[in-house]
Parts: sequence; structure tokens; C-alpha cells
Amino acid sequence: MSEHVSSLILYIAIWIALLAGTLLTVLVAGIDLGPFNAVVALTIATIKATLVVLFFMHVKYTHERLTKVVIVSALFWLAILLALSMADYGTRLWS
Amino acid sequence: MHSSPLATANQPAHENPALLHHFATEEQQKNAASLGMWVFLATEIMFFGGMFCAYLIYRYWYFGDFGAGSQSLSVPLGGTNTAVLICSSLTVALAVRAAQLGKPTTIVVCLILTMLLGLVFLGIKGIEYHDKFVEHHVPGASFNFPGHIPGHPDVPINQQHAQIFFSLYFIMTGLHALHMIVGVGLFAVITYYAMRKRYGPHYYTPVEMAGLYWHFVDIIWIYLFPLLYLIDRHK
Amino acid sequence: MATAVVETGERETYLNREYGIKSWLLTVDHKRIALLYLASITLFFFIGGFFALLIRLELLTPAGDLVQADTYNKLFTMHGQVMVFFFLIPAVPAVLGNFLIPLMIGAKDLAFPRINLLSWYLYIIGGILMLYTILAGGVDTGWTFYTPLSTEFLNSHVITAGLAVFVAGFSSILTGLNFVVTTHRMRAPGMTWSRLPLFVWAHYATSIIQLLGTPVLAITLVLVVCERLFHLGIFNPSLGGDPLLFQHLFWFYSHPAVYIMILPGMGIISEIVCCFSRKRIFGYQAMAMALLGIAVVGFLVWAHHMFVAGISVYAAIIFSLLSYFVAVPSAIKVFNWTATMYKGSITYQTPMLYAFGFVGLFTIGGLTGLFLASLGVDIHVTDTYFVVAHFHYIMVGGMVMAYLAGMHFWWPKISGRMYPEGWGRLAALIVFLGFNLTFFPQFILGYMGMPRRYWDYSRAPEFQILNVLSTAGATILAVGYLLPMVYFLWSMRYGKPAPDNPWNAAGLEWTAPSPPTTFNFDQQPVVSWEAYNYDEIKQEVPVAQ
Repeated sequence: MSEHVSSLILYIAIWIALLAGTLLTVLVAGIDLGPFNAVVALTIATIKATLVVLFFMHVKYTHERLTKVVIVSALFWLAILLALSMADYGTRLWS
Repeated sequence: MHSSPLATANQPAHENPALLHHFATEEQQKNAASLGMWVFLATEIMFFGGMFCAYLIYRYWYFGDFGAGSQSLSVPLGGTNTAVLICSSLTVALAVRAAQLGKPTTIVVCLILTMLLGLVFLGIKGIEYHDKFVEHHVPGASFNFPGHIPGHPDVPINQQHAQIFFSLYFIMTGLHALHMIVGVGLFAVITYYAMRKRYGPHYYTPVEMAGLYWHFVDIIWIYLFPLLYLIDRHK
Repeated sequence: MATAVVETGERETYLNREYGIKSWLLTVDHKRIALLYLASITLFFFIGGFFALLIRLELLTPAGDLVQADTYNKLFTMHGQVMVFFFLIPAVPAVLGNFLIPLMIGAKDLAFPRINLLSWYLYIIGGILMLYTILAGGVDTGWTFYTPLSTEFLNSHVITAGLAVFVAGFSSILTGLNFVVTTHRMRAPGMTWSRLPLFVWAHYATSIIQLLGTPVLAITLVLVVCERLFHLGIFNPSLGGDPLLFQHLFWFYSHPAVYIMILPGMGIISEIVCCFSRKRIFGYQAMAMALLGIAVVGFLVWAHHMFVAGISVYAAIIFSLLSYFVAVPSAIKVFNWTATMYKGSITYQTPMLYAFGFVGLFTIGGLTGLFLASLGVDIHVTDTYFVVAHFHYIMVGGMVMAYLAGMHFWWPKISGRMYPEGWGRLAALIVFLGFNLTFFPQFILGYMGMPRRYWDYSRAPEFQILNVLSTAGATILAVGYLLPMVYFLWSMRYGKPAPDNPWNAAGLEWTAPSPPTTFNFDQQPVVSWEAYNYDEIKQEVPVAQ
């Protein structure tokens, strides 16, 4: 991990962004967007998670490319589990 | 980054007593710890991932019943918990920052705040679980979830499908809570050593590693909250 | 080489540095931990083997006359669970990987020695839970724990078995974590990735699978235990659940698990083939990439275990195609081992005999996997002895032979003694003959239609002759496995003291003394040569041992 010391202002800004994102998620949930409700909610959640990873977990400032490889790999593997399982569930009723 | 001479079998490394014998330099040790923690978090992603897979499939199958179950959860309590965890992520990040800047008292204060926020989260979770128990929404013999599917007043809730929702709710949040308890325990140990002024710019790896773990647990909740609490809330 | 001398005048090694039970049970030396694992996995191997013998005895006659049906179910379940989770998965990584990886990369220990010890204790705890399960009456679900049988309809000890596997799984995850961090962070100066022995690459690829697959098994077992305790319905169709969800989650791990079992063996074979052909491996890069390829593509094929279970036929087509892809890197490896041997200067010491056995038997096992991956053929042979023969060819003909090959090859390094070469070759021959006699008839039986997990085949007495051959083979195989146990133990006291490099092999581990000191190297090595530099090593393999 790098020795970069983040500024207090940055941490406070990220914190406020995360709280705002939470509020936004709750408000949007009350609006009917059909199937896009889930998309919006998960998109906001992913933005929040990305902020935590980049700034609170210092991944933005690390010199280690391996850290990012590990994160991406884990997410990719999870995607394999979800996608190939849905390949079965999503197509069972086709025939 | 400074480095110490290679440690050999006959000459133990000098200076930092935290340097373990099988590492050549402190930097190597810190990089190993960091990679180890990130790899461990990758395994945790897959561990929770199996449950997200089960959740995904049943939400796809039983969307209406899941919506009904979701509406019976308390958004104020869940939302507050989300905010509590976000604050605790801030405090733990500040604890690491304090270690980097050599402020031992700030480290202790921030760690204690983190633990307190964690306990608040667990307390609110306890209240939510109690509510579910009282309302007979706990899966098992006394499970009873009357009502209709959101948006379809003529379609009653399928009790079995609703029970699956609550099973996943309890297992996913329960496992998450277990991870939080472990995290609070970890911080208790680290706070103890922080009070003994063990951490500073020269060495703060345990604080940072525990922080990574805690942020991960926060991220899991960032996903659990909308997936469990906010299904079909507009109906 | 500088050596410290203990009071008796012997050279100090990791074995004699300290005596006493505490120095073993609280050790953080990767070599001692490897030996702790060696003792424990050997015990479980023989327990699992014992169940196998009982199965084969029952199948000598068509009628179910040795044990009751429920008991037979328990026999094959416990055989499978013990062998898979307590022998095949940990054996090579925890024994040979633990011992050799730091030596091979020029490090003093693994990255996290205390976690290494924790891994062993978790394995022991899991093992005790499994032994308790066996003694308390066993489980009869099949090693696969299929629901809702395991969650709703059985009175056997599913929960303790599940917990045993859960705990052993964490042991596996921590070992994988240790190896990945060690390989990234602890290599000696000059030991670049492209100079790593393929043994290390193999364990790196294995560790990736352990890290990303085992957690899914862990959560699946948690769900099974919760389902069993609280009747939640997640896997129970009469409560709205889907039993196939269990199978998806289970096989997401359990298919890559078979690659956890075989990849380390492939790493061993690469080392041995090079040494006993006196040649650099053919296609080093392709071999390393093939290992990673198997690890990655191995995660994409799991539903080929579910072709007839009720998954969508469109998903089945996709998984069938992907299963054909995963055979490609394995085939590349077989071609490259063969190409390495071509025009090599081959000698036939025991490790090389096992390596020959591996290459041939793994090929047969692998090819029969393609039969099973084909949707049409699979409908005929699924859940028959064809499948049983297929995976035993790979696991026993492949993996166990590779394990024995490795144990013989590195025994001088581990113990400081030579095993008796004549007995070694004899045992290898007995194992090879016994193995083929046991399992080749099973291909025919499966094709003829004998189902697996059946305790009674009296409706088809024509199966008997092949079953008798198979059981005869199993007894021969048992003798073949007992022999190394006996002569390895014998050699620890009476074997010829081994030189540092009895095979004139390439690799950093052979520059350390036999057995090594506790910290492996007095000075951290600096590597300036490529792997398998047999063109620079002029000597041949010493003949008479």
C-alpha cells in the first residue's frame, strides 16, 4: 500500500457523497421506474462501493497494480457464478 | 522506502522488532500483509457471492413475494444503519490517517468511535430482528405473512416464497452481522495496542489491514440495503 | 556450505534442531508443518481406502449380501468425502507444496508461517469432525450432499459432515492464500516468474482455484445446515425451493476442485520428466499458461455434472462446449511432456516410472471426460461406472501416482535418506497393474449399463465377472500402496544417507542440504539461470542407489 496521506477534506467529501448516495437511493426507490428501479439502485450502490474502494481503501493511490488485479478478478469470478447460473434459470422456460 | 540488510540465518535483522524473521525488509513484510488481506477479501466476495447468487435466482422467480417481504422491512432503520456504517468507514479511515501522521491519541479516539458505531449498527439490527420475530416473519413453524403482492391486490402472498425471502434476509444479514462482530473484536485488540502507542508512521499495518476488512464489510451492506429493503417500494 | 553443529556432532537440520512434541505442534517451520500434514493425510488415505475395500468386497457378488443397503450408501459416501476433502485436495499442496515452495523460490519460509500452522490445525479439527461423523454412523447422501435428500429426508449426520468439510475448506483457503502471497512477494533476487519451476506455477494456479472456489462451497454448506435445522425451503421443491440451486452452487466449487487435485500433480510430473529426460521442459511458457488456463476455464464448466438433472437444454449446450475447451490446455501439457521425453536421455528410476504411469493414465481419464462432456453420450453413461472409472483414472491413475512420484523424488531432500530403489520400482509396477485391473473393467461395466452407487446388481448378474476383476485389482492396488508406507518408514532409520542432489536435478531446492536447515539457505540465493538448465548440468542421473 502506498504511503500517500489523504487530506481530511477529501475524506469528509467522500463521506458526504456516500450519505447523499444513500439518501438518493431511498428517494428514487419511491418513484416507479419499472425494471430500472433495480438498475438505478445497484448503479448508485456500485458508485458508493467504488468511492470506498478508491479513497477509503486507498486503491487510487497505490503503486501496486496487483491490488487492482485481485479486486477485478474477484468481481469477474462472481460475475461468472451469477451469469452462468442465470444461463440456466433464464432459459429453462424457452423450450 | 528504507531497507534493512538481508536477514540471514545467523544474523537477526536489527531495528524494528515488528519485522518477522523470514522477511528481508519491512517493505516486503508490509506488501505481503497487504496482498494477503486483499486476497482474503477476494475470498469473502465469493463467500457472500454464493448468497447473492441464491438471492438473484429467487428474486427472479418470486419477484412479487420478494417485494412484499421487502416492504415489511423498515427503511428508516435500514437506512440509518447504512449511514452508521458509512460514518464508521470514515472514522476508521481517519484512524489510519492519524497513524500515518503520528497522532496516537487520535488513533485511539477514531478506533473507539468505529467500534461504537459498529455496536450501534448491531443494536439496530437486533431491534429489527426482534420486530421480525414478534411479527412472525421468522422462517419456521410460526411463520405467517398474510397480505397481497404489491401492486396486485387480488394476488395473495405465497407463504413459501415469502419464507424464502426471509430465510435469505436472515442468513445474509446474519452473516454480515457476524463479520461485523469479528471486526469489532479485531478493533478492540488493535485499540488496546494503540493505547500502548505501538502504531505510528513507522508501523501501522494492523490498523490499515483491519480498516480494509471493515470497509469491505461496509461495502457488503451498501449492496444488501437496496437489494433487501428497497424492492418495489414505489407500489 | 556453513553448518551449525549440534551437540552430538551431527549437522543441524530442521529435523534435529529441536526435539519434543511442543516443538512439532507449535512449529512455524514450513517443512515441519509439511510433515505434520504428511502424517495426517496418510491416515485419512488409509481410512478412505478401507471404505473402498469394503465397497469392492460387497460388489464381488451381485446380491447385496455383505452389508445393508443403507450401510453401502454410507460406505461410498464416506469413501468419497474422506478421499476428496481429506486426501486429494490437501495432499500435494500441503505436503510437497509446503515443503518445497520456499526452497524452490529461495525463501526462508512461506509468507505467513503462523497461518500455515493454523491451516494444519483447521485440517485436524475438520478431520476430527469427520472421524466423529464416521464413528457416529456416517452419512449416506453420496459425497455430493444432494438436496433435498440431505436436508429433509435423512437421519444421518449431515450437519457434522458438512461442518467437517467447511472447516477443512478454510484450511484449504488459507493454504492457497499463503502460496499466492509467497509466490508474489518472497521470490529470491533473480527468480523471475519465467524462471520459476512449473511446480510453483502449478501451485499458484491451484491456489487461485482454492481461493475463489472454496468460499462458494463454504456458503453452500452453511445453507444446507440452516436448511436442515430450520426447514427453510431454499433447496426443497415442496417448499418453493430449487434443488438444482444447490447443485449449481455445489458444483461451482466441486468442479474446479478436481483441478485443485490434479494441477499440483501436473507440476510434479513436469519436474520429474525434465530430470529423468535430462532436458528442459518443452514449451515452458505454454506449460505455465496451460496451468493458468485450466484454472480459469475450469470455473466455466460445472453444469456438465447436471446434464440430466433438469437444467435448461440451452445451458447444457453452452456447458458442453465449454467442457470441450477445458480439455485443450490439459492436452497441451500431455503433448509437451511427451515432447520433452523425445530424444531425452531417459532413465527409469521410481519417480519416472510413476510419471510414465501418470501421463498415460491421465490421458485415458481425460479423453473419457470428453465422452462425458458430449451431451448425447452422457445421457447413456451418466451415473454409471463409466463416470466412476473416468474420475478414478484421473484421480488415482493421475493424481495419486503423481503424489507417489513426488514423494519418491523429494524423499531424499525431506528425510535425508534414500528409499530402496528396487522396492520402489516393484511397488510402482504393482500399483500400475493393480490400478488398471481395478478400473479398466469399470469403463466396460458403465458402458454396459451398471449404475454407480448401487449395492445390489442381482438383476444383471452378467456384471459379476468384471466386478470380480475389479475387486482383485483393488487388493493388488492396496498392496502397492502399503509397500511405500513400509519402506519409507524403514528408510528413515536404515536408508542410505542421501547427498544434497541425488538425482543431479535442476532447481534451487537441490542446492540446500538433504535434509535442509530450518531457515533453508544460509545466504539468500541470487538466481541468474533459467529453470531446467539441464544443458548446463553435465552429469547424468546416478544409476545405482
